[in-house]
Amino acid sequence: MSRELLKGNVAIAEAALRAGMTAYFGYPITPQTELLEHLARRMPELGRTFLQAESEIAAINMVYGAACTGVRTMTSSSGPGISLMQEGMSYIAASDLPCVVVDVMRGGPGLGNILPSQGDYFQVTRSAGHGDYHPIVLAPASVQEAVDLTILAFDLADHYRHLVILAADGLIGQMMEPAELPPMRDLSDERPAYALTGAKGRAPRRIASFYLQAEAEEAYNLHIQARLARIRAAEQRSTEYFTEDAQLLVVGYGSAGRIALSAVQKLRAQGVPVGLFRPISLYPFPEVRLRQLAAQVSAILVVEMNAGQMLEDVRLTVAEHTPIHFYGRMGGAIPVPEEIENALLKLLPTEVLS
Amino acid sequence: MTDLLLEPTTVPMETVYCMPQALGSQPTHYCPGCTHGVAHRLLAEALDELNLRERAILVAPVGCAVFAYQYFEMDGCEAPHGRAPAMATGIKRVQPENIVITYQGDGDLASIGAGEILHAAARGEAITVIFVNNAIYGMTGGQVAPTSLTGQRTVSSPFGREGVPLQMSELLSVLPGAAYIVRRSLHNPANIRKAKKAILTALKVQQAGLGFGMVELLSSCPTNWGLTPPQALQWIETNMLPAFPVGDYKVLDAVKEL
Repeated sequence: MSRELLKGNVAIAEAALRAGMTAYFGYPITPQTELLEHLARRMPELGRTFLQAESEIAAINMVYGAACTGVRTMTSSSGPGISLMQEGMSYIAASDLPCVVVDVMRGGPGLGNILPSQGDYFQVTRSAGHGDYHPIVLAPASVQEAVDLTILAFDLADHYRHLVILAADGLIGQMMEPAELPPMRDLSDERPAYALTGAKGRAPRRIASFYLQAEAEEAYNLHIQARLARIRAAEQRSTEYFTEDAQLLVVGYGSAGRIALSAVQKLRAQGVPVGLFRPISLYPFPEVRLRQLAAQVSAILVVEMNAGQMLEDVRLTVAEHTPIHFYGRMGGAIPVPEEIENALLKLLPTEVLS
Repeated sequence: MTDLLLEPTTVPMETVYCMPQALGSQPTHYCPGCTHGVAHRLLAEALDELNLRERAILVAPVGCAVFAYQYFEMDGCEAPHGRAPAMATGIKRVQPENIVITYQGDGDLASIGAGEILHAAARGEAITVIFVNNAIYGMTGGQVAPTSLTGQRTVSSPFGREGVPLQMSELLSVLPGAAYIVRRSLHNPANIRKAKKAILTALKVQQAGLGFGMVELLSSCPTNWGLTPPQALQWIETNMLPAFPVGDYKVLDAVKEL
């Protein structure tokens, strides 16, 4: 395989179908629409299911239906559409069904705008709908990583029978970069043991999330919590740069993490002992590694394209042991490396600066 | 002692009535006098007669029929309120060989799920919708529905419902994707027999891949109407039939040939 120049949205779409996605349901919304458009052509070519739904509400429930049949299925949207999908995502999660949801985040709240943002961090990591659960959330920082994490998203969804959200900001969706696509995986004819295929020669199968008795609902909740504990133990993902001897640590994910890397590289060239920690899984938050790094640095700067949402997870992880500062831009504004450099320089003791 | 009574009968007995295979034996939670049980039985009988049980997938609603997936002896799932047609679309598109059925009440289908049912019908999704219309929200305790009659007093329309009931069969019948849309009633045996025939036809429409099919069933809610079961059946005849005339609203020519 060779690298091709690909737009993020197209790369995610193509990676999804190569990962064996059998059914896609979506609704147009900027800045993710190219994803839907690519699949509108490709899925029928491959004899697979593509449908533009009448709303995001319908789209996620079509995904819910397709997931009941045991095939790989996906939808994609951006903030306002993800808001509408909250109900369906909660039902899917509560039915132990795997599926992938792509959120190409835009500026909000409200109608907001179509520019890149990370304002959906709370929405996607905290529960994605009502009730006690978290989806697995993965955040790419490049088109190549978006491809790789799309494949991983389907694998994790199937492995844990759990909802996985690919949280890409609008920059990742709209940017073109060289990336290598994976080979096409064969579709399996086999369906998992929960799949609704018609009760021919077997007992009926039923998929629901309805427990009238408190004890039964609590037992089911404990089952979800046990799964989340396994996910937290096994699926914390992150990458890091210049952390070995770092005394200052920047924490940023997605495009904000990537922009912060430019600032860190420039300061490193000047001899400033700064490193970057970039979470790849937003849920589970990579707290084990961050806690280790926090013990070695004198201060942490969290950089996000929002008002400080992952900041809360950093605080929960690091507690009061290390001072935590924040730099963020909102509403579609993208920080440039110099802004992050300046924010870092303010944290440095004078003797390091001189 | 009369030995006659102890003599075994030698004449084989013919089974004239039994539980349909497609219906489980567990008791339902429906109120006494509610016609959901009749609707369940008709659907199960029709599935048995067409030998479709092992191919069928039921999408249950939120509402009084929320446990329907438990009562039928076939694969089933539970949709969010009003979203059954979208869920059914997802299932049917992936597995067109299955017979996909939604079972929905009037709050589910005509209110919160009005968008989903409209677009499923417009797309001509090859699914079968059993629409149970009792002009009220049952499970939540008798609130006004879009199908409530003008002036109908409910716990959320204590001074009488304003406006006119939404007639879903009439509304959906104008869509080209709709192949078979009829309204029947469950208030007496003659109408129940006609309802059974309509459900059979609707399932055949899906088997033949002719498009979207829906059977609306006028149904009773004695509990929330504040009536006895016999009074409730009379209420359907007196009050619902004028607002919701039974009849065939859309029957494609191809359906008549089935």
